[in-house]
Amino acid sequence: MTHSGAAIEFDNVTFRYPQQRFAKSSDAKDLAIKINNWQVSTGQTIFVSGDSGSGKSTLLNLICGTLTPTTGTISILGQRFSTLSEQKRDRFRAQHIGVVFQQFNLIPYLTVKQNIDVAAYFGKGRKATSSKEIDDLCQQLNLATELLERPASQLSVGQQQRVAIARALINRPELLIVDEPTSALDASARDGFIQLLLNCVQQYEFTLIFVSHDLSLASHFEQHIKIADINEVLEVRA
Amino acid sequence: MITTIAVQSLKHRLSAVLLTMLSIVVSVSLLLSVEHLRIQTKASFGRTISGVDLIVGAPTGQSNLLLYSVFRIGNPTNSVSWESYQTLSKLPSVKWIIPIALGDSHEGFRVLGTNTDYFKHFQYGNKQSLNIDKGKTFDAPFDAVIGAEVAEKLNYKLGDEIEMSHGLGEVSFTKHSESPFVVTGILASTGTPVDRTIHVTLIGLEAAHMNATEIHKIHESIAAGETIDVEIDSVTAMFIGLQAKMQVFQLQRAVNQYKKEPMLAIMPGVAFAELWQLVANVENILLFISVLILFSSLLGLATMLLTTVRERRQEMAVLRAIGAHSWVVFLLIQMEALLLSLGASIIAVLLVWAGFQFGSTWLSAEYGLFIENTVLGIRSIAIIGIVSVATFIIACVPAFSAYRQSLQQGMSNK
Repeated sequence: MTHSGAAIEFDNVTFRYPQQRFAKSSDAKDLAIKINNWQVSTGQTIFVSGDSGSGKSTLLNLICGTLTPTTGTISILGQRFSTLSEQKRDRFRAQHIGVVFQQFNLIPYLTVKQNIDVAAYFGKGRKATSSKEIDDLCQQLNLATELLERPASQLSVGQQQRVAIARALINRPELLIVDEPTSALDASARDGFIQLLLNCVQQYEFTLIFVSHDLSLASHFEQHIKIADINEVLEVRA
Repeated sequence: MITTIAVQSLKHRLSAVLLTMLSIVVSVSLLLSVEHLRIQTKASFGRTISGVDLIVGAPTGQSNLLLYSVFRIGNPTNSVSWESYQTLSKLPSVKWIIPIALGDSHEGFRVLGTNTDYFKHFQYGNKQSLNIDKGKTFDAPFDAVIGAEVAEKLNYKLGDEIEMSHGLGEVSFTKHSESPFVVTGILASTGTPVDRTIHVTLIGLEAAHMNATEIHKIHESIAAGETIDVEIDSVTAMFIGLQAKMQVFQLQRAVNQYKKEPMLAIMPGVAFAELWQLVANVENILLFISVLILFSSLLGLATMLLTTVRERRQEMAVLRAIGAHSWVVFLLIQMEALLLSLGASIIAVLLVWAGFQFGSTWLSAEYGLFIENTVLGIRSIAIIGIVSVATFIIACVPAFSAYRQSLQQGMSNK
């Protein structure tokens, strides 16, 4: 799937968590997210920052389709996400969106290869990914092939970074979301990771959403968005 | 892929998984053993005697008479006079009658005094007659025909001598050493208490209980080819076959109302049903306890999985992020539960099979139960199926918990 327009489009989106939906008050204070209009163009690298509790994780869940907006519409890569069934959203996410977590979140008891393969399994349906495909990707990410059969729990932080990126990229996503991946890294590991990520952007030409509260990283990206600038809920609370 | 994740996940928590598995192995083994014993005991008892219309003995409970005369379990309370035996044998309705005398033993195996009618008319299983595997039946007063298991266990061959002991223990202080019996025949295996019985002549058995001088005289008479003069005093019980089955109630009533000697006549089928009714209650209680133990093991499994669900928030978040539907998370937990219980059930079946393979001899020796080892069969598959269904139902608790957690937290892993 190639898309030349906006990679992400939020149109009059509000979101309340389920327990808030049953609250007596429908006050704007109960909202977690209220974004009137927000767009990210295809191929852009965006740095998103915000304080704890500002709605960063909720925003990412809405982009990925693991949460659906209470009102409004979200379109991802031209697909009106909010109108899709949950199953279709899951399939869409598997095929078009890659996610790298804070602390990389590899499944510790699976080998490196199985960690990558499991993402390919959900992205490509029942078709198994060829070993060559995984080997090639690992090679491009400077991940030694002898590590492939090693359990993820035995990897160094640097190796875990690369495996997390390989897992996110195995289905060749058009949108990559990276959620506070450098919070537990020292300065050199952090810089290495950012460089690796930006190299991948050049090579695979995907849209990158990088979420962090470390503002010193913002200069590496084309655009810096503060959550408070787009989420009107924070303005109301303020 | 889901199976791979489930297997690897179980391997990752090996100690907890092994303990849970052990608990399920024990409970499924217990359930299988109780069920197998229940069915096999009934089958074993059911095939012990066939074609006998009435069993007559001294007055006692009908279950007791059935147990000691047919299954060699327990002891006879009294005996029936030889005159009564002769009276019954002369009745026109009686087709055949087998007298039996119990009370002695050899190396823990019961000795049964009888005559050649026993080998002609006694049937077991589906009206199968006794077959002589080696040698022949009685020819002389001190001949003995031994069951297949006696021959195998004591390594007896034709011509070997047997010294009877008074009473039924393996060790006896009173041995009938003056009158050893000679093995003249070995019966083919029947899978019934007959295999564990030493059959001797009634005359020989009576003679063995005489004093040394009298026994000496009897041996001299036998050596001289003379007819020996031994009066049989009594028998323990009689198996009766009738000319017409319709006469069974009439004869039963006649025996039970016999004025000259109090006797009890029972129909084996009716006595067996009564006995089984008593046993069935105990069986049901055992089965119920086994099911409760299994339920508790499966609850342990659910608890273990529920605890891990809370520890595996990050893993669930990753699965959701890479496109796994929340139902995949449900399926993953269910698969782990089913793999664990299926593995435990298969181990339990193999253990129970091995247990009966090696323990059936002990069961027949100690309790007279002839258990066929048919553990590897449809019934076990059915029990594994039931355990799997129960596992699925109980594992719905942790699986739904994981499902709801993955739905609510989305990709959030904090």
